[in-house]
Parts: sequence; structure tokens; C-alpha cells
Amino acid sequence: MNVAHPIKPRLRKLSKLLSGLLLTAFCFVATGVTAQTETTPTKEGLMSMPGILITITLLLIPISGALLLLVVKVWALLKHLRTKKHAVEASRYAEYLQTLSEEQLSVLHTHKKNQEYRLKGGELTGPFAPEDTRGLLSRVNHKANIRFIAAKRKSLERPAVDPQLSRLILWLLGTATFWLLFGTSIGQYLGIKFVAPDIDHQSWLSFGRLRPVHTNAVFWGWSSLAMLGLGYYVVPRVSNVRLHSLKAGWWTLILINAAVMLGSLALMAGINNGGGEYREYVWPIQLLFGIGLIITLYNFIRTVSKRKTKEIYVSNWYIVAAVMFAIVISIVAYVPSYQSGLGETIIQGYYMHQGVGMWFMLFTLGLVYYYLPQQLNKPIYSYSLGILAFWSQIFFYTVIGTHHFVFSAIPWSLQTVAIVGSAGMAIPVIAGTTNFIMTFRGAWHKVAGSYTLPFFIVGIIFYFTGSLQGTAEAFRSTNLIWHFTDFTVAHSHLTMYGIIAFFLWGGIYAIVPRITRQEPPQVTVGIHFWMAFIGMMFYTIPLMWGGTLRGLMWIEGLPFIESVVLMAPFWLWRAIGGTLMWVSHFIFAYNMYRMIKPRKIININNTAIGILDRDGYELVDIVNKEKPAV
Amino acid sequence: MMEFFNDYRKLYSSALGLFLLLTVLVAILPAFDNQNNNGPLPNAVALQGEALEGKAIYVSNGCVACHTQQVRNLEMDRVWGARPSIAADYADINRMDLWRNTATLMGTERTGPDLANVGSRQPSATWNLLHLYQPRAVVEESIMPAYPWLFKEKEVVEEGDVEVVVPDRFRVGVNGKIVATDEALKLVAYLQSLKQVELPGTMPAPNFLYKQEKKEAAALATGAGETEGLDGAALYTANCQSCHQANGEGLKGAFPPLKGSSVVLDDNPELYVEVIMNGYDAHPEYASMPAVGTNSKLTAAEVTAIMNHERTNWGNKARLVTEEEVQKIMDYLKQTTKQ
Repeated sequence: MNVAHPIKPRLRKLSKLLSGLLLTAFCFVATGVTAQTETTPTKEGLMSMPGILITITLLLIPISGALLLLVVKVWALLKHLRTKKHAVEASRYAEYLQTLSEEQLSVLHTHKKNQEYRLKGGELTGPFAPEDTRGLLSRVNHKANIRFIAAKRKSLERPAVDPQLSRLILWLLGTATFWLLFGTSIGQYLGIKFVAPDIDHQSWLSFGRLRPVHTNAVFWGWSSLAMLGLGYYVVPRVSNVRLHSLKAGWWTLILINAAVMLGSLALMAGINNGGGEYREYVWPIQLLFGIGLIITLYNFIRTVSKRKTKEIYVSNWYIVAAVMFAIVISIVAYVPSYQSGLGETIIQGYYMHQGVGMWFMLFTLGLVYYYLPQQLNKPIYSYSLGILAFWSQIFFYTVIGTHHFVFSAIPWSLQTVAIVGSAGMAIPVIAGTTNFIMTFRGAWHKVAGSYTLPFFIVGIIFYFTGSLQGTAEAFRSTNLIWHFTDFTVAHSHLTMYGIIAFFLWGGIYAIVPRITRQEPPQVTVGIHFWMAFIGMMFYTIPLMWGGTLRGLMWIEGLPFIESVVLMAPFWLWRAIGGTLMWVSHFIFAYNMYRMIKPRKIININNTAIGILDRDGYELVDIVNKEKPAV
Repeated sequence: MMEFFNDYRKLYSSALGLFLLLTVLVAILPAFDNQNNNGPLPNAVALQGEALEGKAIYVSNGCVACHTQQVRNLEMDRVWGARPSIAADYADINRMDLWRNTATLMGTERTGPDLANVGSRQPSATWNLLHLYQPRAVVEESIMPAYPWLFKEKEVVEEGDVEVVVPDRFRVGVNGKIVATDEALKLVAYLQSLKQVELPGTMPAPNFLYKQEKKEAAALATGAGETEGLDGAALYTANCQSCHQANGEGLKGAFPPLKGSSVVLDDNPELYVEVIMNGYDAHPEYASMPAVGTNSKLTAAEVTAIMNHERTNWGNKARLVTEEEVQKIMDYLKQTTKQ
């Protein structure tokens, strides 16, 4: 793998960036953590809170994009004014030319004639038509169609992937797509229940039972299987060897699908583990998932150990570490020895956040380190930044779990550690974002011609804004307002959807056409992208706005039911945004179908030759007969 | 350095080592510490019998998705309990069975109200059963799911059956009587058991943080005797409305109307205050009223505000009571209940 060697100015820039970043992080910690002035935030005092300021800054990012566009427009206007000035000058010049004498003019005319002389292209061939023996001129398209939709580049043909491995990858991605449809259909139904709570009265479909079905299906079904599908491509590819064992991959596929299937049924039947988020599956079911991961871990490590490259490419740092950590957190979460009383809550905080940060985020970042440079056809900007992000992610992310229980009965000191760790998350996030954005440098023109890169760009933007929003939420002063409200729901969708799902879609559209040699229709990829993106915006912004209002209402001490009434329009907007997202998934599934289903393409020439071959001995005979005759 | 990380064993074991070390430090050791060094409060009653079985129904239906069970040490959480929840409140919660983990049910979403102290805030079984059957029968704006499958339809109510009187518009398609199943009764028993245990005298309660400075300052400025700062309508919504309804008409067969009620309109407010503070069970056709005032630790000022709201709305026209008057009756009631 080609790796960019960090050169000196780059290092200097990096160190400047890091010191600036540390300084800001510490400022946040200082204001955020020590802000226990025991005064209630009022509407006027909101603007002095770091968490609110960060959120506003993050919201400003897309807005500043729009402002940039405005600047470009103004620039064009100024340019127009300048041309006007030039026109005036030109007319003055014309007046001057009229004052010239005959001789001066004839000299100028000769000059003009000499400069305008052009070859006609026929000086050497004469008046004869060119002989086109190789058919080069016959393929000229004289009737170019008007392009309503910009044509994107087709994906490049890759060195052939082992067809057996391709089959495994397509099965992993195919079942992931199924769980995406299933999980988000449930989510869509849950969103409707906020608006129409009496839509059904079935125990299996009641809100409390379905909510974990939704979250677990999109976590363990969609995201995990899609990650593994893309990972099974990356791990052997960057090691430059074949996968250690295909069989192990199939077992992982079967076990994880079985776990999600059984788990969803059990949850609907009212069998769950006791209410800790994302560990609602009872242990015999989650065990299937765990075994699936252990098998894959063994498989990946054996593959890496046999690699033909000297270094271990950074993708394999992230991916293998993610699988190891996911196994560790599952074990920690399900071993009962320390889970009585508050022990359960502390482990819950640890588990739910490591699940997100150490499994989904770490694995997906590993995938991005492969698929993004591949799609840009250039090496990653800085290997060192990737490694810095790796270690700082492990260091800070591991300690932030209990920030889900700020102000609870959990020891105050543990809450503070979690809040400080949340501020520290700025380091891996900024390092990662910088690395991805700098990889784009000099290749931005490729975005316009690619249907995968937009997914990566959205993923990168939300990696930055979504992750730092998490930091902002963790401060005590903002937690006060946002905790327990729908703000949290918006945040989890910005991250699990905006980051993880968009990166996964980018990876899937990058790799499936290369494996199957079949492109998805570019129009429907575009529709999928825009519906998912706009839908997510309609989903999250109202919930953040409504969540803030609701928190302030609670602080004011108004009756609880009034805050339910307040949320009604925001829940409606959420359902509308959710519908857009949900429909986009069916379009994605259609694209998957188009990419995977073997299509019968009739090549007229080959088929004609084939027909001749089949009953064509006559033709051959004719040739043979004629030959002796001559 | 890079040589070190070119060996996959060293790379992966050092990453795993760091992760395990931090895991032990921030999760496993604190978990052990909290498990072993906290015990239940001396007054705490261990969850058992029907209430314990009811908890399993609460868990199985995923009520934790919308209901928290934690009073945070924040002023805004004071409405949910008299004191912040502490580690001891959860110390007696253990693993449910071989299949299911411990359920402290602290929760992370408050789509619905907190339930840490609901057994004190809303102990009425009649209200809880009707609310479970159809939340919108008692709280019109509620978005809670209805749980009709915890009830059954019967032609005749037999002895031992608990009938739920449901307003007609929520009885669509039901001809017989609606009777609570054992599951519903157990779930209600669990909800009734959710009460904050009083701290032993020697133990100070943790403070509520982020106090509303303005309100307190305002209260001090106008003198403690004034009730102007309190919103009687809001207090009514929070404490009374779920039974007596926004229009003050109550629900037929369950909760009596306050509109035109002789107790509410009486010029002598003694019985009125007593009902609010200590509850009431004089009419067999209605459910018994819990001691709302005592359970929610309402102050004389708050009681006065609620009373005046009730005495001057829905066509009610009675004179305003004063806080001194109410305080006097409350003091008298306290003495008589102590004896």
C-alpha cells in the first residue's frame, strides 16, 4: 500500500493544529466541568454555555457553506463591473485608432493577416477522404443527448476478486440490507406511534417492545453485517493475501443473522435482558453474536499474520481492534459478578458507549481509511494522523461511558472523568477529519463525477459535527437541558445514520459494482443519497429544537404534560423526515438488487458468432470447399 | 517504533492491553466498588410478592424506553421526588434470574414522567388501572400506549374481580364489563411500591443543584405570606388534573367532579384542606382519593393556590382562602395525625 510520508512542513502544521486543539479542549473542560455554580440556565444565560456555543458553531458549518456560495456570486458580480470598465476603455481605444494614417493602418492590417493564418488540415492529404481501416471514425456520435443528469464515472474494473469471497461479501451485504429495511420499517412505525398512539393495540407491536427491536436490528443486523461485509474485502486486500478461511466467514454470517432474528422475535414476545439499552437480547442470543465475532477475529488475525506487506495497513489496525474490543465489551456487559445495584448502571454506561465508539466507529473508520483513498485514487494524507487518532480514540473513548448518567446516583467523580474524556474526544475527531479532508486535497474535482464520494463527504461532515455534538452534550450545564429529551435521539441518528450508515453506503457503492461488474442506475443512487440526507435533516433538527425547548420547560417547572403537548409538532416533523429516510432505504435495496442480480446481456457480435459456431459448419465447409477450387 | 507495530502480535496486544486496563479502571472496579459498598436504607422494604412479579411485567413490556426511575440532584427534578436518588436506593436490586440481568431501570429517556416515586405521587389503583387500559381516558394529551391486553371482558363481575369503569368513548366494541387481569394488578402493585424511602435521621439528603434563584428571591422580596408567585393552574395540572380533569368534571364512576362540589365551595375550608392533605374515601361510587398533599409535600402556599384555582374556575364562585387560614388547618391536621 502506498503511504504518504509526512514531510516537515506537514509535521509543523500538525503540531500547530494539535496544540491549538488541546488548548480549546482544556478551555472547554475548564468551563464545562467546573461550571457548577448551581444556578439555573435561563434563556438569556444560554449563550454563555460552552455546550450551546459548540452546538451553534456546528450548525454554522453547513450555513457557512451557503455563505461561501454567496461570496462566489458577489465575486461574479464584481467581475461583471470590471468588464464594463474594460468596455469603456475599448471604445476610447477605437477613437484613437480612427486618428491613424493610411500607412500605419496598412501595416496593422498585414500584421493582422499574418496572425490570423491557420492551417486548414488538408495541406498534407490533399482532397482525398481518409481511409479508416480500423473503424476509428465510425464511432462518432453526432447526436449528443441533452444531459438532464450529470453522468458519473463508471467504477473501474478491479483485479478479479475470488468469486467465493465475492459470494460471502454479497451475502453479508445482502442480509445487512434486509435488516436495514426491517429495522427502519420498525423505526418508521415507532415514529408514527408518537403521533398516533392508538394505531394498534397488539402486545407484540407495543412501543416499549418494538423500540429495542428497532435499535438492535439496525445495530447488530444492518450496521454490523454491512461493516463485516466491507471488512471481509479490506482485510485480505490490504494484506495482499487470500482470506484465511472462507468457511469461518460463512459461520459469522449465519450466527449473526440468527442472533438478530431470534433476538427480534424474543423482544416482541416480551423476553429481554432487563432494559439496558443495546443489551436487550438475553445472553443465549447475544452469545451467538459473540461467537460470530470470535470466529471473525481469528479469521482476520490469521489473514493479517500471513500478509505479504511489511507494515500492517492502518485499516487493519482499526478493523481488527474493533472486533477485539466488541468481544471484550460483550463479555464485560454480560458477566453478572459486578452488576448488582449501581454496578449495573456503571456497566451499562460503559457498554452502550463502547458499543458505539469501539465497535461501529472504530471499524467504520478502518473502512474509510481504505475506501476513501481508493475512490480518490490517491494515498491517505497522513499515516501518522491516522495512528494518532487510533490511540487517542482508545484512550478517551473508553472512559466516557458514564456521561449517560450525569447527575444520577453514580459517584460524582466518575461522572467528571466521563465529561473530561468527552472533551478529549475532540483530539481523535479533529485528527480523523483533518486526515480525510486533506486526502481530498487536489482531488475535489472528482466529487462531481462520482456517485460514491458524496456519501463519504456527508459521513466526514457528520463525523466532525456529530461527534463534537456528543462532547457538547456531556457538559453538566448542557446536560441539564438536553438529558432525557429527544435531543439525544437526534444525536444518535446524526451519528449512527449520518456517520456510520453514509460511510457504509459509500463503501457498498464503491465495491459491489467492482465485484459483480454491474453498476446501479445512477439516477436511483442520487435519489437514495438526497432522500436519506434531507430526511435526516428533517428528522434531527426539529428534535434538537424541540428537545431544547422541552428541557427549558422542565427547568421552569411547568407541568410535565405541557411538555408532551409542546413536542407534538416536532414529533410530526420527525415522522416526516423518517419517512423520507425509510423510502430511501427501499431505493437503496433496489440498487443492491440491480448490482447483484445477474443480468443477461446479449452481445450481438458474440451471439451471432455463437449461432454460426453451433450450426455453422456449413460456413466453414464453404470456405474449405472454395479454397481448393481456387 | 514502527518496527514494533509491524509485528501484529505486539500491535494488537498493546491495543487490547490499553483497552482492558481502562475498562478495568473505569468500569469493572467502580462497578464492584458500588455493588459491594452500598446497602439498602434501614427503612427500605424489599420488593416481593405481587410487586416483584409486577416488575417483571414492567421489564418485559419495555416501559424503561420512556420512563426513568431516577430523581437527579437537580432542582428541576424536585417534582419527581422529595430528595435526589442515592446509591442506596438501588443497592437491593439484584439479577432477576438465570436469563435476565439486573434491572435498575434508571432509564435514559423521559418521554413520559419519572416513576421513582410514583407510588407516593399517584397511589390510586383505580386511576392506574384505567390509565393502563387507556391512558387518554384520564390524560387527554398522553401519548402512552394503551395496554388493553392486560384486561379481559366479562359478562358478569364475579367476586374478587376488579372492574375498571371506562368512559363510553373508549369502550368501542366492548359490550361486557372490563376486568383487570392478574398481570394488570401485579403491574399496579409494582407501581404502587415505587416510593422513595425516607432517610434515617442521621443522614443528610444530598442537595438539589441549579436552584431557581429568581423565584426564591422574588418570594423573599414579597414576604413568605404571599401566594402571588404561585401558579394555581399549573399546580392543579401537575397534581390534580389527571383524576379531576381539565374541565373539573372528573370521570363518571371513578373520580368526582370539583365543579359545583359542596366540599370545594364550602365557606369553611376545613374539610377541603383535610381531603387534599390526607385523602378521602366517603363515597363508594368513586375511587378513594390518596393523600396528595402529604405525599407530594405541598406547602400551605401551594395548597392555597390550588384551592383558589378550584374555587374560582368552571363556574365555581367561592371566596378566596388565605394562606394563614390554610396553614392553621394544616398545623391542626398535623397534630391530630401525630397523636
